[in-house]
Amino acid sequence: MRLPTLLLILAATVLAAYFLGRQRALSLARQTGGIRSLHSLPKYYGYYAALGALLPGIALLLMWAAFSESLITARVVASLPEVLRNQPEAQLGLTLNDIRNLAGGQMYDESRSAEFAVAADLYNSLRDASRKILAGLIIALSFSGFALAWFQLRPQFRARNRVEAAFRSVLVLASLLAIVTTIGILLSVSFEALRFFRQVPVSEFLFGLNWSPQTAIRADQVGSSGAFGAVPLFVGTLLISGIALLVSVPIGLMIAIYLSEYARPRLRRIVKPVLEVLAGIPTVVYGYFAALTVAPVIRLAGQQLGLEVASEAALGAGLVMGIMIIPFVSSLSDDAINAVPQAMRDGSFALGATRSETIKRVVLPAALPGIVGGVLLAASRAIGETMIVVMAAGLSARLSFNPLESVTTVTVQIVTLLVGDQEFDSPKTLAAFALGLMLFIVTLILNIIALHVVRRYREQYE
Amino acid sequence: MMANDGDRNRHQLSPEETRRRVNAGLRRRYRSEQLFRFYGICSVSLGVVFLLVLFGTIIGNGYSAFQQSFVRLDIHFDAELVDPDGARDPEVLSAADYSLLVKSALREIVPEAGSRAERRELNGLVSAGAVFELRETVMADARILGQTRSMWLPLASEMDLWIKARSAGESGEDVGGRISANQRAWLERLQADDRIELQFNKAFFSNGDSREPELAGVWGATKGSFFMLLVTLLLSFPLGVAAAIYLEEFARRSWWVDVVEVNINNLAAVPSIVFGLLGLAVFINFFGLPRSAPLVGGLVLTLMTLPVVIIASRAAIKAVPPSVREAALGIGASQMQMVFHHVLPLALPGMLTGAIIGMARALGESAPLLMIGMVAFIVDVPSGPMSPSTALPVQIYLWADSPERAFVERTSAAIMVLLAFLLVMNATAVWLRSRFERRW
Repeated sequence: MRLPTLLLILAATVLAAYFLGRQRALSLARQTGGIRSLHSLPKYYGYYAALGALLPGIALLLMWAAFSESLITARVVASLPEVLRNQPEAQLGLTLNDIRNLAGGQMYDESRSAEFAVAADLYNSLRDASRKILAGLIIALSFSGFALAWFQLRPQFRARNRVEAAFRSVLVLASLLAIVTTIGILLSVSFEALRFFRQVPVSEFLFGLNWSPQTAIRADQVGSSGAFGAVPLFVGTLLISGIALLVSVPIGLMIAIYLSEYARPRLRRIVKPVLEVLAGIPTVVYGYFAALTVAPVIRLAGQQLGLEVASEAALGAGLVMGIMIIPFVSSLSDDAINAVPQAMRDGSFALGATRSETIKRVVLPAALPGIVGGVLLAASRAIGETMIVVMAAGLSARLSFNPLESVTTVTVQIVTLLVGDQEFDSPKTLAAFALGLMLFIVTLILNIIALHVVRRYREQYE
Repeated sequence: MMANDGDRNRHQLSPEETRRRVNAGLRRRYRSEQLFRFYGICSVSLGVVFLLVLFGTIIGNGYSAFQQSFVRLDIHFDAELVDPDGARDPEVLSAADYSLLVKSALREIVPEAGSRAERRELNGLVSAGAVFELRETVMADARILGQTRSMWLPLASEMDLWIKARSAGESGEDVGGRISANQRAWLERLQADDRIELQFNKAFFSNGDSREPELAGVWGATKGSFFMLLVTLLLSFPLGVAAAIYLEEFARRSWWVDVVEVNINNLAAVPSIVFGLLGLAVFINFFGLPRSAPLVGGLVLTLMTLPVVIIASRAAIKAVPPSVREAALGIGASQMQMVFHHVLPLALPGMLTGAIIGMARALGESAPLLMIGMVAFIVDVPSGPMSPSTALPVQIYLWADSPERAFVERTSAAIMVLLAFLLVMNATAVWLRSRFERRW
């Protein structure tokens, strides 16, 4: 039985359970003297019966989705002949993939040995069997769940409280999802990163000056020894995000100041959404803009000045990234500036200060924590930004602080290491997860500090 | 000078002296005031100029991709060539070599192309996709065999660029590098014969990806993005709203709720590529879901947009005044009834607005999709959330990387399509907000 059909049957059962439960409540009420004798409204009895039909089935379905594939695979592996079974893990994975493709009919490779065909048949039959068992079990479970609920229904049964308790636990589960996601990120990324650090020492990764992740296919190959010193990547990331912040912080801050202190409300109403459009443009568009328009312009300008500019110079990517972050900085600074009480400005004006003096000596110092928080958030944005640097920054890991040279960043390396064909145990692939872990930790620290600063500051004036 | 005077002396300054000192500094102070203001205006205009340049570049590069040059050829559907046995067997019809028809039609117009090299140049005028069109025509109605029909067929992308440059009044020298002198002469002759025309580029909106720029379209990527957003919306909206309801209406202040809250705020700021790593490690390697499937993309984007939806939904719930809650509780509603019957309907427009904005962000996101294999070159238009596909922003990335010149205009055009979708979504959000927003 196909999954959609099964879900349809489950839905129909649940719907039927609702109406039967409601009916039961109404008939109970009729026997005992009207609807007033019921504890809850009739529909809650229906909900209760429906939940009885739904929950066991859903639980089983989720468990099946999580485990059936690995169970089937284990059976198939066990059935394989000795030679295939004792392959190294990566090889075995490829073999299994071939078997799956064969079973799915996506591959008509005659040259494959008969063992593959047998394994594919076994795989198919196991999968059919598991689907049948699943269908049978789910139907049986939802019927018995419904029956169990149905026999509990009495006029004094506290159906509403039960249903609301169930709803409430759904709400709690939903709110836990954010935590589960964080833990999932931490566990999955650090699990792979640990495997990487088993092959490459942490100290080499953190302090090594040489990055060339291409591992040699043959042992005697030149220049592909596989060096995993990530310092050039960190430097490249810092260089590009530094340029981005140099562009975005002054401009963003001045925009915020001008719009909140000088501009007339009408101008503000028009300009603010226009600038916010900059924040809504997908980063891939900025990347395209950087690679196609900004980089050639910078190169041309460099030639006019007699400078040697690489075609994937850090400056181009940094500038465009800066443009992207401008609205981010300006809206956060805007919040901070607006939170400064008007009384402080009025006091300064009363002493005879001009507007700019008031801003520079009173408003900005008062808003500083909020602005710093915003800049930190912007920095974390810049460090984690991917598409712009993938499209406009280089691939070669050069240890350089020169913005006219091509440098690479952490995110660029993650993408290049993981896009395309990959084998899952080579340090080359695992290195991407180690870099991802670094990225996650650094941005997490920046975010926590920034959010803390912003929050503390906001409370100060409230 | 003033710094040396000390506090006591300052008190003893005469009013005239004070006025003199203030006036002396006034010009300088006003100038710096003017300057500061000027910096502000500069920054604002710089921001607006950036935006205009960005849009200008993209529209300037991309508008031409909505048109495509076609050549009118008199195709003789030679029954001998297409279907030698005359059985009209669909398999034979579909396997026939239709390029011969195009070649002979071209030779009729340019009979002087004699040598092998010249013939190859001549055949290079017409797109490789012309063959598919002829095949479809024949498959649709086999009675056409034996007749001669005049058909508009797409030109190859280099020719297309040259024609477009010429029709825009340029010399076409810069794009003509890959066209031989012969081909130019032939194209000019065809144009003089009114056999070349710029038509609306239907293929761009109806095809999947292709290695040939003139056949490449955004429909496959659009559908992939659609399935992905569908999964994201179906999962992140209910889950986000549920989480927001719990946090706003049910959770009591405790360290645990604080942890959840800090967590949500942090997740909103985690780089998107990290979510891609999560998707790769969990959904693909652990659960064994297929690579390049919109379902996996949708799951990853769900985790990414969930914090946005939760934050927006909480704000919407917070905006509902407590008096509504008190009234509901006062007439005997349970807390759950109060939330679902009264608070939720009032907060729904705000929640929807947040969800749409989250969806718009998810639509533009490409970094995590690179991690889960949605960068594969996929020609077929996906048919469901499990079939391999790519997404609009990823398609843009792929085309931006292609060496062919003609992909430049297509990339910009695809960006225009993406921006149009984003515009529609954001406009909907703004409309919803203004239509249903209530001030209490």
